[in-house]
Formats: sequence, structure tokens, C-alpha cells
Amino acid sequence: MTAPATLHLEAVEIALGGRALFAPLSLSVAPGETATVMGPSGSGKSTLLAYLCGTLAPAFSVAGRARLGERALDGLAPERRRVGILFQDDLLFPHLSVGENLAFGLPPGLDREERTRRVGEALADAQLDGFEDRDPATLSGGQRARAACLRTLLAEPQALLLDEPFSKLDAALKDRFRRFVFEHASARRLPTLLVTHDPSDAQAAGGAVVTLQKGSEAQGPAR
Amino acid sequence: MPNRLSPLKRAAAVALALAAPLAAASVPAQAEEPRWTETPWSAVAQRAAGGQVYWNAWGGSEATNDYIRWVADRLEERHDIELIHVKLTDTAEAVRKVLAEKSAGRDDDGSVDLIWINGENFKAMKDAGLLFGPLDEILPNFALIDPEEKPTTVIDFTVPTEGLEAPWGMAKIVFPYDASRVAQTPASTRELLRWAEANPGRFTYPAPPDFTGSTFLKQALYALAEDPAVLLDPAGENFEAVTAPLWAYLDALHPVMWRAGRDFPKSSADQIRMLDNAVIDIAISFNPAEASALIAQGRLPETVRTFVFDEGTIGNTHFVAIPYNSPNKPAAMVTANFLMSPEAQAKKQNAEVWGDQTVLSFSRLSPEARALFEDLPRGPATLPPDELGPTLPEPHPTWMTRIEERWLARYGA
Amino acid sequence: MLALAPGLTLSLFLVPVAAGLAGAAAPAFGYLPALGGDTFSLEPWRRFAAYPGVAGAIAASLWTGLAAAALSFALTIGFAAACHQTRLFALMRRLLSPLLAVPHAAFAIGLAFLLAPSGWLMRALSPWATGFETPPDIALSPDPFGLNLILALTVKETPFLFLMLLGALNQVQAEKTLAVARSLGYRPATAWLKCVLPLVYRQMRLPIFAAVAFSVSVVDVALLLTGATQPTLSLLILRWANDPDLSFQFLAAAGACAQILVALGALAAWAAAERLVARLGRGWTAAGRRAGAETAARIATGGLLVVTGVGLVALVGMAIWSLAWRWRWPDALPGEWSLRIWTRTAGEAAEPGLTTLIVGVLAALIALALVLACLESEDRKGRRPSTRALWLLYTPLIVPQVAFLFGAQVLLVSVGLQGTWGALIWAHLLFVLPYLFLALSEPFRKLDPRYARTALCLGAGPNRVFWRIKAPMLLRPIAIALAVGFAVSVGEYLPTVFAGGGRLTTLTTEAVARAGGGDRRLIGVFAVLQAALPLLGFLAATAAPAWIYRRRRGMREGL
Repeated sequence: MTAPATLHLEAVEIALGGRALFAPLSLSVAPGETATVMGPSGSGKSTLLAYLCGTLAPAFSVAGRARLGERALDGLAPERRRVGILFQDDLLFPHLSVGENLAFGLPPGLDREERTRRVGEALADAQLDGFEDRDPATLSGGQRARAACLRTLLAEPQALLLDEPFSKLDAALKDRFRRFVFEHASARRLPTLLVTHDPSDAQAAGGAVVTLQKGSEAQGPAR
Repeated sequence: MPNRLSPLKRAAAVALALAAPLAAASVPAQAEEPRWTETPWSAVAQRAAGGQVYWNAWGGSEATNDYIRWVADRLEERHDIELIHVKLTDTAEAVRKVLAEKSAGRDDDGSVDLIWINGENFKAMKDAGLLFGPLDEILPNFALIDPEEKPTTVIDFTVPTEGLEAPWGMAKIVFPYDASRVAQTPASTRELLRWAEANPGRFTYPAPPDFTGSTFLKQALYALAEDPAVLLDPAGENFEAVTAPLWAYLDALHPVMWRAGRDFPKSSADQIRMLDNAVIDIAISFNPAEASALIAQGRLPETVRTFVFDEGTIGNTHFVAIPYNSPNKPAAMVTANFLMSPEAQAKKQNAEVWGDQTVLSFSRLSPEARALFEDLPRGPATLPPDELGPTLPEPHPTWMTRIEERWLARYGA
Repeated sequence: MLALAPGLTLSLFLVPVAAGLAGAAAPAFGYLPALGGDTFSLEPWRRFAAYPGVAGAIAASLWTGLAAAALSFALTIGFAAACHQTRLFALMRRLLSPLLAVPHAAFAIGLAFLLAPSGWLMRALSPWATGFETPPDIALSPDPFGLNLILALTVKETPFLFLMLLGALNQVQAEKTLAVARSLGYRPATAWLKCVLPLVYRQMRLPIFAAVAFSVSVVDVALLLTGATQPTLSLLILRWANDPDLSFQFLAAAGACAQILVALGALAAWAAAERLVARLGRGWTAAGRRAGAETAARIATGGLLVVTGVGLVALVGMAIWSLAWRWRWPDALPGEWSLRIWTRTAGEAAEPGLTTLIVGVLAALIALALVLACLESEDRKGRRPSTRALWLLYTPLIVPQVAFLFGAQVLLVSVGLQGTWGALIWAHLLFVLPYLFLALSEPFRKLDPRYARTALCLGAGPNRVFWRIKAPMLLRPIAIALAVGFAVSVGEYLPTVFAGGGRLTTLTTEAVARAGGGDRRLIGVFAVLQAALPLLGFLAATAAPAWIYRRRRGMREGL
């Protein structure tokens, strides 16, 4: 495992068809911290995360750069960035069992025993003991959300991106799952970037909050 | 901005890259072939062993298909020749194939080794130089055919065969009818009209250019023309005058035909099915034994019989020919020769097999060979040879072409 | 390698179509050295114009083709409007795609038997109800107005358009749109036509164009269902191509070129009608009436059910024929049953059957590989092929087969490939690939891209993502696309004749060769065999993914 690193965004600006989605954004997220990017629909929040993952459509053009510690992310293939992401939907692969879903996240090169052990541990961690062979479709919403989170973490990312992963859960579940994600992220000392339009998410994250605004300067960090 | 044309350009490049080695590979490296027509028959037969013969022949009849399979088995066991029946829906397909090969310059490794052919298709291939031969000097069984007795074995639709095709079978027009519904059969072309007037809607003929339908028209012309002898010469200025009685006859016949002559069966097979289902009472067949064979196959009622006109009906010969670019000429020659053998001819004449009349002349057969043809089952609907009436020769092909054209213009559209 | 896929795929189509068109265009202007035509002239066109009945044949082609396409389209959308989200809709969804598999020539023969004056329908009613002792001398089938041909083409095109509509519906969130419209007080069918149709029509346009082009130039179905005196243009071309007088080859070539113009004319007519309907439709939509299409949609539903029923009955008729020995007028069922035709044919059908299977499976698999490579390459580059390039892929569906296959044959012959397995598979690919592309592109593009992104962010490379995530998740549409491709291959007649050169025969070429003999019992055997292979394909395509994912609820329907 590599040492925890800080996620840096340096004057990142994304444009589509010559029109900037938002003003240049600079931001640093230290290991174990969670920064929140807020903004109305269409302000480019998800696009920003796609840029950080490396899955941005070629139609977009980007200025500025992103680093993870000293490692530049720009130009790197998504699978080599070691940036994990959680979406609004859990996106558990429907054709794989719960255990296979988690194993898909594991780094290559581990022997079978080790893989089984790590998956088992992760499942226990999510209170899903013995769910290895279960069909993900038979899990409850909360169980699926936790499984998705652990799948991301098993890939040993060095940063975590959260694309409104709490917005579809009901109030009670949302609170529990939010805590679950943040606890795990900070335990692993991951710099975490959350995009949301729900102020309560930002509050729960407890870190810096940036608001993206169309056509104007992004506002500086504020409490 | 992605280049919109790039897939096109790439496609063209890939295509060129693919085509280049293929074009290079197509240059033939062929050794000089012996002139098989001038080689002793024993040498030809020797070279035939191990050959493959792709025989392009109409595949619409199970009786024919079964017979060809029987031939294939004999050739396999006796001459080590593999005979493959390429089943055509129209002989012209094979003609076109050879033509495409000539267009592409494939002059010695064509895909057709033998064609079942006659008439216009033969003329077309002969005129375009697409046939190999002459075969009559070299195939031994040509000696069993007496052209004096059976002139159509050397004159195909007035066109001299010049040995470019080998006779295989004899055809003659007969009229199958359902005896349970027709008491008195018409004895001539003119009587047919009177019969149709008395039984409206119960007769029809296949629309030209169907072969049987066109032949029916030519035959009517023989009966109606003032001087039928002119039909053996190419049609010319005299076309209007000679054919005028035919059109008058058809103008009278059509209104009392099936669907008042506004529609026609598309083929002889369609027409036979109409006879089976009592849609019509009289049909037309180009094989005197076909009706019997169809009764045996469960495709016509047992009450069907055949009749001919007193004035005679058109008869012709069908042949096999070898394309100029067949790569298996010796094996094709041995096949053609076997098809003319007494054994193969007698088998074919058996009404339970096919019922196709032999091209051989009994005067030239040995007693043993002649015996093969004795007591062949004739079938309930087949007329004995002495009741088949006179055989009229095919007119010159130009008559058929022009009659078909005129027919289409008058009735076909 | 993957980046080359679109270029390679397109070249597979461009070369033969271009060669084929050149092969048709040159003789149409008098150039065909093998027949002594070594100068260019307009003589073939003069002969074409002077041939009796050409104008009528062109009119018949346009009328039957456009009417069949319009009717298929109307029935498809009328049914969808009336029944979307009903049980019947789900049932037809299962029923219609296998119907797509049925070889249309066999079906056309079945239809002719059903509707002829001496046919099944009349036999069932005679003589007890109709009083006919012999079949009535009336023009039921074939009929002078091309109605039989239109009906047969409608049975063939409706399942195809319906399948394409299903794909389009998945893309546009039709359910939500419909819910909104209905909450505004619109009756279901009216809501569907006013709000959903405009959304899905764009995606259906290409398949409709293919249906129009196919219908105006169809050969085999027209041969079986038109009267001898009302040929379509395609039948005249066939007649000329088969004329023993080789000079008719020039005329056939001119006809083939004219056939392309007729197909283009039909497409232009359709496009013009599109514009007109769109304008009228906008006015109708904006006028705000909440109902008005309900009755029409119900009629269309009835029509679709009738058409499907006629198709099924025609097939059952052929299946019964295969078991008959004697079946004459006026028996409603065979007077004598027998397995003789089956036992005699079984041995002969084995080799062509095997060829059919091998060519169909290989063509479908190669097409699948190329289509997936194209789609994956497009996905990785994050762009879609331009409209122009896409149209090229569909050229074999739009350009009438008779027009380019002779030229393509000369190409094959000149490179010495005619009659080889490679040539046959390639000829089938020309037609298998576009259909497979039509069947697979929408599900592929519709797959939620976040699955792939998630997998990438979990550290899996693009290849691993493709093999472990995308392909398995698309297993069902992939299986269906394979079945569609296989069915298309099984049904191909002209390409098999031209590329197989008689050396390689399939069930379809054997069946068509037998059809000339007019023995319905034998045709019935081949029809059953021909239909059985694709039906088994569809069965496997439905059953295999369902079995593989029997414990994965998330992989059922609707992915």
C-alpha cells in the first residue's frame, strides 16, 4: 500500500463546444478529509468527477490539471489512476454474485485464498456475512449500497469520488450509509471529493464546501 | 472534431490491400491440356477416373433427381467418377455462370462440367462459343443413335447440333386430362376451341415464356398456319401474315379459358396441380409418361389419361453438353456416354423411374440391349407408341422469340 | 486492431457493392465484352422502354412495396399505441421475433395455398357452405391488385419493424412520457401517437427504409404471389436474366439499374410522405384533442393479430403438407397421410442442412465479432460513426440484390473464389451484418455507461471491462442478435446461388430448386426444415441466457 496522498485540482476548467461549464476550480483535499462540491443541476459536478476518473467524453476540453500527491492524473488511463468512485446507484454488476462483485475490485496478483479472505472480511465489515453467493438483486437498498462501497474500497484506491451516492436512499438509511462511507474513507486516509446538491450531505462530510456556479468565478472555500 | 470521412478512406485502403494479393493469385498457371476430342476413347476413359463432374441440371422433379442419383452411383462404382448434381431452377443459370466465367477470363477452370440443355439455351451457348466438342466422333454410344430415324437428335430446334451436345431423352407434347370429367377429348387444335367453348373455364396453358406454354403456341401455329413449312426457316417479314391465324384463334380461346384468359399458370407444374385439384380438366405435358409417373407419386388422380391431336404434336430431344472451360472434360465425356448407354436409357424409360423416351434406335441395338426395353412398365396414363401420333419438329427459334414478345404485348401485361 | 474494425467492416461492404453495381451498370449501357458488347450505347435502355408492360411492372413494384411498408408500419405503431404496457404487448414481443425467422418463400407458398380458390380456406368451406363442387374460377390468389403480395410482405415486415420499435422504445423512456401525457387527460393510444411516436420514429427510420427497399424489389415472394400477367419489375428482371437469348443480359442489366431507381424513388416518396405526415401530425398534436386515435389503434391491433394469425396458419398448412401423400380439393385435411416424403428427403437434406448450419453460425459469429468490435471501438473513442458511414453498412439492404449480385459474382469468379466456403460466408455476411448491427447497436449503446466507468475505476483495463462486464451484461441481446443473424443467413437465396456457384448448397437453395416442381409435400418438408433451424436458434437464444442467469434477478428482461 502506498502512502496517503493529497488530491490537488489546479485551475481545472471544463468546456463543451467552446463554452466553459464552470470557472477554473482549484482545490486540495488532504488524506482523510472530505471536500464537497455543490451546484445546481447542469453545473458540471458529475463532469468534474468524470474528468478526475478519466472517463470524460472526448467532446469535452479541459484546461488545468489534477494531481494525486506528486502523481499527475491527466492523460492516465482510468484503470491506472487508482481513483475510486461511487454513483447515485450502487451499480453492482447484475450478472455477478455479491462475492464476485467484490472480488472484481480486488487488485490482481493475489492468490485465491487471499482473495476469498479479503472478500469475506469486507462482507463482514458491511454486515453481509456469508453473502458471497447471493444475487445482488435480492439485497436491500442499504445492503447494496454498502456492498458497492466496499467493492470500491477493495480496489485500494488512493482517492474516493462520491457522485451523490446518498441521494436515492431514504432518510434513515441515508444517515447510516453516509456515516459508513465517511468512516471507511477516513480510516483509510483517503482524500474524498463529494458532489451533491443536498446541503445535509455537505454538513455530514464536514470538510470544505465549494459551490460551482455557471459563468462566474467559483467561490472560495467556506464553512 | 472527428473526421467524418475517415472510415471511408480507411475502408478503401483496406479494400485495396485485400484485393491486391487476390488479383495476383488469379493468374492461372495451367499446363497445356490434350485435345480430348482427338484422343483415343480408352485414353479419355482412363483419365476420367478420379474426376469430379458438376452436372448443372434442373432440380424441380424428384423423379429426375432420383434418376441422377442412380447415375451417380453407377459412375462411382464403375469409373470412379464423382457426379454432383447442381440443382437449377432454370437452365439459364448455368449458361450465365459460364458466361460470367468467360467475362472473368476463367477459360480452363470453370465450375460447370455438364449441362442438361436444349433449344434456345443450346443455341445461345453455341453462338457464344461456350461449348466443348464435337462429341459425336468420340463418344462410342453415339453409334447407337440413328439420326435418320430420330432427326431431332441432331437438329435441335432447327439448329444443327454439330456434335456439341449428346442426346439424352425425347420429349413430346401430350394432353393429360381427367377422364372422370371429360368424356370426349378434342382431336385437334380447332376442336380444342370448340371444347373450351362448351366447357368454359376448364382449360388453360402456362404463360409464355414458360417452355410448355410457348410450345403449345407453336403447336397451335402449326395447325393454323397456311403453310407450316415456313416455320423451319427464320421468322422474317412474313411474321405478321403467318401468325395472324394464331392471334385470331387465341382471341377466341382466351375468353372461354380459366379466368377468361386474364391470368395463366406460371409453369407446367402449376398447371398439373390445377388438374389435380379439378380447377381445370385438360392440361399440357412435355413428357408422354409424366402423367403416369405423377399418378404413381400421388400427385394426380388415378382417373387421369392422356391424348394427342390427330394432326400431331411437337416433339424434341433434350441433351447434355460440356462447357468449353470444364476442368473435368474426360469425366464429363464418360458421363455423357453412360447417359446414352442402353442400360441408362432403359432405366430412364421405365415409367416407375421417370418415363422419358429413349434416344436410341432399336435397329442399332444388340438383342441383349433391346431386351432391356421390352416389357418396361408403361403406366396407366401413357399412350402406347403407336397411338402417340405424328411428331412435329420445333420451328426455328426466332419464331419462339417473336411469338413470346407478341404474346406478352397482346395478353401479358 | 480494434481501431481498424469500422474500416475493415465497411470495406467488406463497399467492395462487393461497388463491384456489383459496376457489373450491372456497364452492360446496362451496352458494355459486356463476353457477349460482344464492347462499345457503350443506349440500346439496352431503348429495349427496356419498349418491352411490353414495363410501366405496369414499375407501377406494380411501387404500389405493392409502398403499400406493404405503409401497412406494416401502421399495424406496428397502431398496435403499440393501443397495447403498449399490456399483457398482449408482452406476448407479441415473444411471438413475433421467432416469426421473423421463418423463411419468407416457404411462407409465401403457404399463403398461396391458404388463399387460392382451390386452397385451404375454400376447401374448409366447400362444398357444404359454398356449394362449389369444383374450385371457383375467381381471382383470389394471385389477385390482379397485388393484395396477396402486400399481405405476405406485411407478414414479413411487421415483426421486423416491431422488433426495431422495441429497441427504440427502450431508449426514450416511453413509460414516463406516456404517464405524463395520460395525466394530462390524453387517452392511451392518442397519448402514444402524439408523444411517443415522434420520439421513436427517428430510430425506426433506417429499418423502415430497409423494409421499403426490400418490398419494392423482392423476387421470391413476388414470384409466388403475383399473377403471370402482372409481374413486378423484379420479376421482369429475373425473366430477362433467365432468357436463353443471351442478348437479354443487357436488358436485365438495364432493368437492374432501373430497379435501383425505383427503390430510390420509393424511398423519396416515403420521405415526402414523412414530411407531410409530420406537418399534419404537429397540427393534430397541438390541437389538444385528448382522444381520436383509439378506434384506429384498435383496428390496427386487430389487423396485426389477423396478419400474425394468417402467417401462422400458412406455416401450419405447409407442415401438414409435409405429412400428406394425397391432399386434393375439396378435402380440408389430407386424404392420405404418409411419412414417405420425409424419409426420402431426410438423407438428401442432411448435407445442405449441415452447410446451412455451418455458414449460418460462422456468418453470425463473424458478424457479431465485427459489430462488437465496431461498437466497442466507437465507445472507446467516445463517438458514433457519422451518418454517412453508417448508411454504407446498410447498402446491401437498400440496393436491390438482383442489381449487384451478378457483378459481385464476376468479382468472385475472377479471383477464383466462387464456390468456396469463404465466398459463401462473405456473401451471407453482407446481409447478416446489417441486421445484426440493427439488432445489437441499440442495446449496446443503451447499456448504462456507469457500469463500465465503475469497472474502469476499480482498476480493470478496457479489455477486461469488455469481457467481464459489458459482454456478459449484454448476453441476452447478443444471443438474440446471433439468432437474428443466423435466421437471415438461413433465408438467403440469391447470395447463396451466386457465391456458392452450385458447389455449396443450403436448405434454401435446395428448397427453391424443388419449388419449381410444384410438389407441395416436398416444399412442405423443406419449409419445416428451413423454419426449424432459425426457430431452434431463437429458442436457444432465449433459453441460454435465461438458464445462465437463472439466479440473477437483475438480468431478467428489460436490460
